[in-house]
Amino acid sequence: MPEFLKSVLGRGSAVLAVAALALTGCAQSERDDSGSSDGSDGGGTFVFAGSAEPVALDPFFASDGETFRVSRQIFEGLVGTKPGTADPAPLLATDWTVSDDGLTYGFTLRDDVKFQDGSDFDAEAVCFNFDRWYNTPESAQTDDLTYYYATLFRGFKTGPRAAEAIYESCSADSATEATIQLKKPFAGFIAAMSMPAFSMQSPTALEEYQDDAAQNPRTTEYSTAHPVGTGPFKFGQWERGKQITLEANADYWGEKPAIDEAVIVAIDDPKARADALANGEIDGFDLVGPADIASLEEQGFQIENRDPFNVLYLGMNQKVKPLDDPLVRQAIAHALDKDQIVSASMPEGTETALEFVPPTVNGYTEDVPTYEYDPERAQQLLQQAGADGATIEFNYPTGVSRPYMPQPEDTFNVIRSQLEAVGLRIKPTADQWDPDYLEKIQGTPNHGIHLLGWTGDYNDTDNFLGVFFGTATQEWGFTNQQLFNDLKEARGLPTVEEQQPLYEEINRQVMEFLPGVPLAHPVPSLAFSPDVQGYQPSPVQDEVWNTISIS
Amino acid sequence: MLRFVVRRLVQMVPVLIGLSLLLFAWVRALPGDPARALLGERATPEGLARVNEAYGFDQPVLQQYFTYVKALLQGDFGTSIRTGQPVMESFLEKFPATIELGLTALLLAVVVGVPLGYLAARHQGRLLDTVVVSGSLLGVVTPVFFLAILLKLVFADTLHWLPTALRQDPRIDATHITNFYVLDGLITQEWDAAWDAIVHLVLPAVALGTIPLAIIVRITRASVAEVMHEDYVRTAESKGLAASTISRRHVLRNALLPVVTTIGLQAGLLFAGAVLTETVFAFNGIGQYLFEAIGRRDYPVLQGFILLIAIVYSLINLLVDLSYGLIDPRVRTA
Repeated sequence: MPEFLKSVLGRGSAVLAVAALALTGCAQSERDDSGSSDGSDGGGTFVFAGSAEPVALDPFFASDGETFRVSRQIFEGLVGTKPGTADPAPLLATDWTVSDDGLTYGFTLRDDVKFQDGSDFDAEAVCFNFDRWYNTPESAQTDDLTYYYATLFRGFKTGPRAAEAIYESCSADSATEATIQLKKPFAGFIAAMSMPAFSMQSPTALEEYQDDAAQNPRTTEYSTAHPVGTGPFKFGQWERGKQITLEANADYWGEKPAIDEAVIVAIDDPKARADALANGEIDGFDLVGPADIASLEEQGFQIENRDPFNVLYLGMNQKVKPLDDPLVRQAIAHALDKDQIVSASMPEGTETALEFVPPTVNGYTEDVPTYEYDPERAQQLLQQAGADGATIEFNYPTGVSRPYMPQPEDTFNVIRSQLEAVGLRIKPTADQWDPDYLEKIQGTPNHGIHLLGWTGDYNDTDNFLGVFFGTATQEWGFTNQQLFNDLKEARGLPTVEEQQPLYEEINRQVMEFLPGVPLAHPVPSLAFSPDVQGYQPSPVQDEVWNTISIS
Repeated sequence: MLRFVVRRLVQMVPVLIGLSLLLFAWVRALPGDPARALLGERATPEGLARVNEAYGFDQPVLQQYFTYVKALLQGDFGTSIRTGQPVMESFLEKFPATIELGLTALLLAVVVGVPLGYLAARHQGRLLDTVVVSGSLLGVVTPVFFLAILLKLVFADTLHWLPTALRQDPRIDATHITNFYVLDGLITQEWDAAWDAIVHLVLPAVALGTIPLAIIVRITRASVAEVMHEDYVRTAESKGLAASTISRRHVLRNALLPVVTTIGLQAGLLFAGAVLTETVFAFNGIGQYLFEAIGRRDYPVLQGFILLIAIVYSLINLLVDLSYGLIDPRVRTA
């Protein structure tokens, strides 16, 4: 076989060589021949594989994890997170104050920070960014471009949602003091500021290269080739379809990166990412398929788990009989053995879920109605409801692995057998995840019970409960005005402390009403070569690579 | 000759118009909609409405088609819904990868397939023939996808001889001019980059080239066997011509016509196979991009890429038709 390959390669390259020789005279390499990228005196190159290319380099116009992965290296926000948690921590702002009415936020800024283009990071720059977001042109006010701003700040200066916008103004009181004035309280404001969409970007670079009013602000020069922030890595190059190269920022104000360069490639298939790591082509990757974990560990690779910040649930559509009957929903909850579901279809370390928020989120309480695994009780409840032997459609997605739902087919199989064991008849309906499944579950009333979940973006209860139950939706098929009102009230409270008792009450209310069964908080995993040290996993993926070194 | 080329190009126009209409209807017949794919779990009814309005998906379908064709006539293939990147730009960016892969696969198929087929025909009924014929049968029936995974498992995952993914080692600092990575490496004299690109091509090209290889072996064998029994070959033999001259001038030249037709037709199969091969090897070409675009219901990318592939395919077959003239003088005047 090697001879065969050699012959093929020989012939192939000979033909190409002839073609190239003719061109050699006109083109010369632009690179410096003095050494390779993993030069001996530096910290080397860290190659990381995500699942897709970013959509753009300006995080304000993105809402996907792959874009944010790159943004986290280049940009920083006023607020960060405590390592390994979702809790807010100082970053570009060293401190902040909130007025009693929850409308005025005063930020004290670091005084030793410069943007990567040499311009100063100060209160003027902060206000420039806030005003830029608020003034987003109507052409860019769609959820694919500005989902986070529109959702969290409720609206922009112009456009149909202007009246609901909660941002009022920003003032630069001194170089290191900025005050943000809101029109309505937003208790999640500080936590939200840790999201990459609200990173501080260089006003100089934005003015020169960005055009928010462009037909597509994701394809401007700024969004493809000139992002400038204050982070530990500077943007190097984006070769679309190949890789993004980031360079260590030697002038970074904080802990300087130990590596010289970080390269991010996109490999769509989880198995292909695992293969590439095993073969030494990459140094680490995200979204490890649960099936690959054991074999990677056996080969000596490191598996790093993020604390779960997600929830997987079995949703029940109350538009469909007999799921509108609370007794049937309780019966289904009692029929489920969550421990078995977790051990059969989730990675090690996964916890079973009590309610629709993970334990680290504000308002989580263990004092909620629980439904122990009790098949006999389930059968009794079904008989009581007259639904013994009822047929229920069970929708589940195929061809997908989400952090909260690593192996939906396996999860489906376990749950199916548990429900059949209490006498229910299951009609399985499988759909391709993207977009057939979501379309059916969220866009139509044609589904019964289903698997779905959510990964939190930042530490705010409304980011879980509000997303699920804030309003009547096709997914759940119920109208519960009290629940909707309570959630709206909780959202409007000025501080997290004031919200807490209300959210605890809402969690109890939800578990009493039982619109679905929260199943688990699966652990998302990353994998690294044994040579990589210092990667700090974060539940909200606030993972910055200045802590990494390669031996 | 020129008239022939012009006529063929003109013939392409109605085909492309028909195809654009079919594609337009087909992508919209797929279940789901792009706005839903774009917003994922975060979709709200209002959010979906805003996205549909922004991209014109709320317009009547006929109006959308006319807007699309109008833009097409101006050379505008639209922009990707996901990235906003112009379709033509991303096609030109990814097309070299697929061409590089396809050409390598085809080169492999021809360089190995034609001699093997010829040898099998010359040794009909003997062991070599039996081995080649059954081997090619195996090649035809093995699905590309399966072969790709198998090759990866053996030569990359187990033996670690060859890379499993991508077109080039991300650690290599390579300059790209044409986006044909091997060619770029040679042009810029970055020999390590060129060699690395070649190494990355081996497994995908073998996976992709196996079916064409097997088909070429079989066609060549059948064609050579037929020509060998022609009167003019017997005449040449009785004239006492050297065996090598007979093979070259009389047998191979006449036997190659059906082989060349097959190669042209294989180009279409190669594009189809590239979707699978590129996905397995994360080889960033048009196949992989198209596969992702289907999942995302990225209408402009689907329409644009398939239309562009159709144009390229038509041009390849035009070239194949023209090459007949080089092999068979009778076709030149036909």
